[in-house]
Amino acid sequence: MAIEETLKKLAEAYGPSGEEEEVRLLIKEEIGSAVDQMYEDTFGNLYAIRNGGAGRIMISAHMDEIGIIITDIDDRGFLRLAPLGGISPRLMVGQRLRFRDGTIGTVYHEKLNSWKDLDWPKLYVDVGFSSSDSRKYPVKIGDLACLAQPFVKQHNGRFMAKSMDDRAGCAVLIEVIKQLSGSLPHEVCFLFSAQEELGLRGAKTAAYRYDPDYGLAVDVTLVGDTPEAPTMAVSLGKGPAIKVRDNSLFCHPRIRQLICDTAEKNSIPYQLEVLTRGGTDAGAIHVTREGVPSGAISIPCRYVHSASEIIDGKDLKLTVLLVEKLLQGLWPQIGGSNLQ
Amino acid sequence: MLEQLSNLDGISGREDSVRSYLLECLKEAPLETSVDTMGNLLVRKGKTVQKPLMISAHMDEVGLMITSIDKKGMLNFNPVGGIDSRVLPGTRVRFGDACKPGVIGVKPIHLQKAEEQEKPFDPETLYIDGGFSSEAEACRHAKVGDYAAFDIDCISFGADCYRGKAFDDRAGCLILLKLLLEDNGLNFSAAFTVQEEVGTRGAIIAANHLKPRFALVVETTAAADTPDNENKQAGTVLGDGPAISIMDRTLMVSRRMREGLVALAEKRALPYHYRRFTGAGTEGGAIALSGEGVQTAVVSVPCRYIHSPNSVISRRDIDNTMSLVRAWLEKHQ
Amino acid sequence: MNDQTLVDIVKDLTSISGISGHESAAVERAATYFGKYCDKMKLDRFGNLVAMKKADRVDENRIIIALVAHIDEIGALVTSVEKGGFLRFTPVGGIDPRVLPGQAVVVHGKDNYDGVIGATAPHLLTDQESKKTVPIEKLFIDTGYSFDFVNAHIKVGDPVSLGRKTCYMEEGHMITGKALDNRAGVASLILCAAELGGLHHQADVCFIASLQEEVGLRGAITAAYGLNPDLAVAVDVTHGDVAGVDEKYTFKPGQGPVIAVGPNFHPVLSEELQHIAGEYNLSRQLEAIPGNSHTDAWAIQVSREGTPTGLVSIPLRYMHSTVEMVAVSDLISTGRLLAWLISGMNSSFIGRLKGC
Repeated sequence: MAIEETLKKLAEAYGPSGEEEEVRLLIKEEIGSAVDQMYEDTFGNLYAIRNGGAGRIMISAHMDEIGIIITDIDDRGFLRLAPLGGISPRLMVGQRLRFRDGTIGTVYHEKLNSWKDLDWPKLYVDVGFSSSDSRKYPVKIGDLACLAQPFVKQHNGRFMAKSMDDRAGCAVLIEVIKQLSGSLPHEVCFLFSAQEELGLRGAKTAAYRYDPDYGLAVDVTLVGDTPEAPTMAVSLGKGPAIKVRDNSLFCHPRIRQLICDTAEKNSIPYQLEVLTRGGTDAGAIHVTREGVPSGAISIPCRYVHSASEIIDGKDLKLTVLLVEKLLQGLWPQIGGSNLQ
Repeated sequence: MLEQLSNLDGISGREDSVRSYLLECLKEAPLETSVDTMGNLLVRKGKTVQKPLMISAHMDEVGLMITSIDKKGMLNFNPVGGIDSRVLPGTRVRFGDACKPGVIGVKPIHLQKAEEQEKPFDPETLYIDGGFSSEAEACRHAKVGDYAAFDIDCISFGADCYRGKAFDDRAGCLILLKLLLEDNGLNFSAAFTVQEEVGTRGAIIAANHLKPRFALVVETTAAADTPDNENKQAGTVLGDGPAISIMDRTLMVSRRMREGLVALAEKRALPYHYRRFTGAGTEGGAIALSGEGVQTAVVSVPCRYIHSPNSVISRRDIDNTMSLVRAWLEKHQ
Repeated sequence: MNDQTLVDIVKDLTSISGISGHESAAVERAATYFGKYCDKMKLDRFGNLVAMKKADRVDENRIIIALVAHIDEIGALVTSVEKGGFLRFTPVGGIDPRVLPGQAVVVHGKDNYDGVIGATAPHLLTDQESKKTVPIEKLFIDTGYSFDFVNAHIKVGDPVSLGRKTCYMEEGHMITGKALDNRAGVASLILCAAELGGLHHQADVCFIASLQEEVGLRGAITAAYGLNPDLAVAVDVTHGDVAGVDEKYTFKPGQGPVIAVGPNFHPVLSEELQHIAGEYNLSRQLEAIPGNSHTDAWAIQVSREGTPTGLVSIPLRYMHSTVEMVAVSDLISTGRLLAWLISGMNSSFIGRLKGC
């Protein structure tokens, strides 16, 4: 399926928070002809506009993935690193990293008295360089890296990659843009945001700039269908998850209702998501200026923020369908209202 | 001038004396000054432009605030900003508008059990002794909400350094002040901000007001070039020149901004190094995320023993940092 | 407004469920009270209640003052429905799990269902077990219904409010119940609006019942942006005295509202509040907050180009439990203090707040 190809390209691209250029270029290539207007800002956000009737919807997926930043290089060529976003040091041992220029390195740890001592200062990256002339290093202080893992298709139409969070969301938006035809009841700004993993940063300034009437985020969410998983009533393969809340927002009840109604009307199975930690772009969008009624649709995903995030192809396709139907329909008037 | 700036008391929320001093220094110069409701001092030099260049430094320092007066006339306090409570026992402060002396006393060693010394003093048990003999007397000279600053005088130190309090960020303020006063023909806006130490607060509204095109924060940052410092990779080095940030807790400096600063330093043959620590916040984040977003970078003067009564900073590092900031302003005119 | 009326208002307001993110019923009820004393009322884009009482004498420049009290309370959300019809939940706002076992709740599904957070009987506990705190993930809600019934009427994401009927403690002239954080604050604002009816004021006053304070001051962020007032005073609660906590950290209910000083507050405004309290012989207490006050005031202060902010707090014991306690006299004093502040407000005072 076409979306699988798009997803593979996106998921394997290099785009840690702050350096989303490669992903942005890929997206622009994919959607260029299918939108009415496209522009970027100095943060790196990409705005793709489809004209429509009155009212403006900002629908966001973030381009960035978790990664690391190089903070030091010793005289033997070993690199020191610090996290970008919520990436755990435990995840790093033996992991492979990819730098912007394609250099691949691995991460290992210094001698530890116990695993409890494992923390960032004890880790280093080996890019195979041992020269003592720092100018010859392919990697410099301040360089970023992302995890290096190929995209894999598993049984049962499951896909595994290092950056499903949130290239899956980006793939959904791209597919929607390509399939969405006819006149739209509202103008839609597809926001491919930057630096979400560092604290919803791109979406904050983008929402201020675009000043939407409604907000919607398409991101991944955790599941509760693995051994001894923390309580979570979301599983792979049961359809898109409609968010109730996470740490960054309570989805506006009327937006949530709209999404549920749209799903039911179009016989799209869905799940309700209560995420007890973590946030998404809608969290930044909904408190912009005087407030923006916002919601979120999530793609269920196992092992989020690991090098092997797994989603179900069925959920992906259903999410595309749900978003498409949503954007083709009328959104409720939610504004201030006078009382008394 | 650094000595004067350092000796002024201006803890977060009460930066008045620093602001007055700066206004006094600036008053003869052809500059436009304004003060906003939180107390930020905004100064424009040169032409008015719609989206100005912004440089910022914060006027506030860390210190203490009196939270209650107990029955014996002792003054309970909470720190304002991040202070390692281990630097407090045995130090002297000056509190209130009248800057009265007070001490943070300690149980003498003679009266301690051996094991006690292994653990730091419990911060909840510390208090300021103003020498008052009763609660009533204390209430006549101190009140809830009074600030207490470290009672320190700034001095020249070693071959090229200063020792004193509040170099964070009076050193930055000094750089901004000099750039405003010198005859350099540059156009920019300088923001002397308030309340950085309690959450980069002043910078938020200063940026909303100025709506800058580019911003450069002039800070000080922890130097870790001292013995037995396990966190060597986290700190900067006194004498190695301005420290250019790659990232802090609030801001990812764009590669373009960062490499631009490095190129400037190399072209002008200025010493420089990286601030390799990616934690701790600066005003950079607040400014970068204001409005529609601002391209922001941070340069810092290395400073030993930051957020303690006696910090140490190098005169040459301050000068070199100023040269780098000046070069940055020139480049972006 | 007499004391009894105020007590009744508090009882009424706290009887409605309004956990963060689900405040509309509480907002509606508060609106019926503000409506008696205000000229215009609306819900802003975020859903905050904005009740405006116009100036009766307009100065040269229009002055807008915002008085803000958050209306949301702590609670929980259903996270899953399990075998036997038991519900797992996640807290909304900060809750100490130790106050939960045996606590009555109300689950708001298709209808409102009473429930209880189960607590294992002591007879069945091992010695070891009884010495440990049960973490929230291991707690559950029992509604008494079967799995099929629960599944058909309650779903993931449904809000749960804590159950407690507010009661008046006559001798001590105190009120106890749940959600006094911060319906007590909202009630004080209602009293303030009532008092203003008998005073002249040159400023337009906007009473704001803000949403989602407990989860990140979200309503205040958007309300302040939308209204852009000349100054704002937040009304919230602060810690009342409790055994085991040094007195220097708490305040006594019954000894008056607590006026805050510190970087979060404009010094001229804090000073004025103290001055007015002195002039009217009002008992008050002073709280020095060295940084983040963790109230709506923190968000409002840095809205747009800055808003001069103040904070008045009501001492409240046992915060974030269902046995919170406040003194009726403190609510009354808070409302009056703010009414007097407003009646004395004019352009020249506003001028003193700018460019301090």
